[in-house]
Amino acid sequence: MAGTIYRKPVAFALLATATVLVGTVVTMLYPMLRPEMHPRLESLKPFTALQLAGRDLYQREGCVNCHTQTVRPLRTEVLRYGDYSKAGEFAYDRPFLWGSKRTGPDLAREGGKRPDGWHVKHLENPQSIEPRSNMPPYAFLSRGKLVPATVRAHMDALGFPYAGEEIAALAQKTEMDAMVAYMQVLGSAVPRRAGGGEVLALDERNPLGDSPDAIARGHKLFAENCSVCHGDEGHGQPDIAPSLTDDVFLGEKGDMGDGAYFTLISGGSDAKKAIGRKGDQAGGMTAFGGQLAKDDIWALISWLRAQQAHERKEAPPMEKVEHQGGQPEQHQGGRP
Amino acid sequence: MNEYRYDYRTVQGFILSAIFWGVVGLLIGMLLATQMFTAAANFPPYLTFGRLRPVHTNGLAFGLGVGSIFGLSYYIVMRLCRRPLLFPRLARVQLWLFNAGIAAAAVTLLMGYTQSLEYAELEWPLDIAIVVLWVMFAVNVFGTIVKRREEQMYVSLWYVIATVVAVAVLYIVENLSIPAGPFKSYHLFAGVNSANVQWWYGHNAVGFVFTTPILAMFYYFLPKSTGLPIFSHRLSIVSFWSLVFAYLWTGAHHLVYTPLPDWIQTLAIVFTMFLIAPSWGSVVNGYYTVGADWSKMRSNYLTKFFVVGITFYGLQTVQGPTQALRVVSQLIHFTDWVPGHVHMGTMGWVTMTVTASIYYVIPRIHDTEIHSEKIANLHFWLVLVGQLMFSVTMWITGIQQGALWKATNPDGSLKYTFVEGLVRNYPYWHLRALAGLVFLAGMVLFVYNVLMTIRKGKAREAQPSPAPATA
Repeated sequence: MAGTIYRKPVAFALLATATVLVGTVVTMLYPMLRPEMHPRLESLKPFTALQLAGRDLYQREGCVNCHTQTVRPLRTEVLRYGDYSKAGEFAYDRPFLWGSKRTGPDLAREGGKRPDGWHVKHLENPQSIEPRSNMPPYAFLSRGKLVPATVRAHMDALGFPYAGEEIAALAQKTEMDAMVAYMQVLGSAVPRRAGGGEVLALDERNPLGDSPDAIARGHKLFAENCSVCHGDEGHGQPDIAPSLTDDVFLGEKGDMGDGAYFTLISGGSDAKKAIGRKGDQAGGMTAFGGQLAKDDIWALISWLRAQQAHERKEAPPMEKVEHQGGQPEQHQGGRP
Repeated sequence: MNEYRYDYRTVQGFILSAIFWGVVGLLIGMLLATQMFTAAANFPPYLTFGRLRPVHTNGLAFGLGVGSIFGLSYYIVMRLCRRPLLFPRLARVQLWLFNAGIAAAAVTLLMGYTQSLEYAELEWPLDIAIVVLWVMFAVNVFGTIVKRREEQMYVSLWYVIATVVAVAVLYIVENLSIPAGPFKSYHLFAGVNSANVQWWYGHNAVGFVFTTPILAMFYYFLPKSTGLPIFSHRLSIVSFWSLVFAYLWTGAHHLVYTPLPDWIQTLAIVFTMFLIAPSWGSVVNGYYTVGADWSKMRSNYLTKFFVVGITFYGLQTVQGPTQALRVVSQLIHFTDWVPGHVHMGTMGWVTMTVTASIYYVIPRIHDTEIHSEKIANLHFWLVLVGQLMFSVTMWITGIQQGALWKATNPDGSLKYTFVEGLVRNYPYWHLRALAGLVFLAGMVLFVYNVLMTIRKGKAREAQPSPAPATA
């Protein structure tokens, strides 16, 4: 060992710096010079002014401390959240917001999964949707106003394109609007791969039928998975989710077969095409195919059918039709 | 002694400031631990988990950690160079700027001004202030070392020098950003590249804040407090160079299974494995040093702090590489396991070593004895038990979380919804908060002991001593 270096502080400092820089150059600087570190999907668009304002708020509130934004290429993770994250999805993310802790669920594929109304209700009071949640309430976002000039400065700093009226329109928007807009754009550069979405013949019969066991299990599953949006009895909630007990299915009058129900529950909103009904434009039915076993979905349908039969008994058909004729929007939740 | 008087007051200023920010950071930690299982413990908009968490990490890493590093490094540098600091007044200005900086950091973070980069949350005006602080530190350290009165530079000085240069490079590159307002900026690097720069920084900030300067303390204060010379100088040399070489390759182990190119992940994993060797070089050196006379564990109250501290360093540096392996990462990444790991390093290795070093320094500054060895011993046990409860609880939680996320039904569908997994953490999170309380109790005793020692020292200085004390 050359002992003299330990008597020459300047030489020592230079040598230490050089030693530290080797790994830095190889693993940080050199990759930066390669195109593989700067990928961009063709389908990826820069954030709009409202979305960027939402992203700024996501940063301000430290959401990244509890929510990740990267789906790992692991089977169960893809089932739970959707397609695994692609390098080219993050070209406009300065900084990246992948996070390092998943106290709450991953949000990389959140866009389009749930309706706007759900997000507003959930952000304002998370426990109103999931009583066991530990998420803090963000009701103050609904009172916060956006400052168009600030958002414009941020858009300019990032070099994102925008129209003047887009900025002007921000004056009418709340922080909540921005946050929800950001939630809805997350993951949208990649076509949604519904978690385990399975398409059945629309008129396929429920193999469990109306067995009491299935209905009881379906009721429990409904309470755990569906009631947060569709209400305890399946009557729906305004601005969030439609009623499941009326004879309107995916926005059109006339019920459909068990197979259509299964396909929709399994594949979520993405399954609308396979079913052939448009439903609500902003509809955000979650795909449960990855989370619920096939028999569980059938059990849910057993309970839904029992519930529908129960409703029909309670309200005579004539009265119900008149009622609906009077307020056609009621069961759809009146979403714009 | 008189020659050092002014500088020792600066050292003590840094130590007391560090302790103050440490207490603040720990109290915020307690609030965060409570928020994990009670949403009602959030007080929006300022006191929510999302805004408080960086105040906790920055407060402890930069307030307690860097504050102690400034103070204790200056002490070590002066002793090993056999001279006072070259720029005593600069160090005093640095002390005030340091406190102003940490206070401003806490306030701006609570206001939501953040870069969202872990351990580099502070916005650009504060980044500039921190660079200025670091330059002040570097000037004084290098100036004093260049003008030293002892030819050979001891191993602690190597680690201090490595800390100064590495942190400078890391901090400046990581914080390069596009300013977009007085307290708003966007990372110069985007997406995958942003991630790679962040974890190159994030991991090495841990390496050069929680490792090298703490090793500098360990290599200095262990022999000083036990009177036993370091076992092997050659082992120190090998460990030092291999540690500072290998550390910088490993950041991407934080990005296993992300869209970062695979080769960077794999390279990081390989070097992380290698890093066990230099880490354990210091562990072995520590054990064999005390091994010359194990009775010091009984006769000298500080020895056990250092031995247990280096033991946690050893465990930490084996657990870390294990986590980097893909097969382990896929289970524990994003879970509570990881905070469990971090807290073993900070509450075990760093806290043990730093508090013992402070126990060594404070009485010497005032030419007195520690207020109470009994309290120090109680502090030791509370901190040890609290940290073990904390870490073990978090590891169990993490494995459970990972397992529930991966659990499937016989038909391949997921067995648990996210919330079903979440609610099963609550009992563990209660236990973790309790562990935090035990640890906090230990730290309160430490603070009390330090303050009482200073009081004793001041009382002693106030009365004219019959004969000048000699060290």
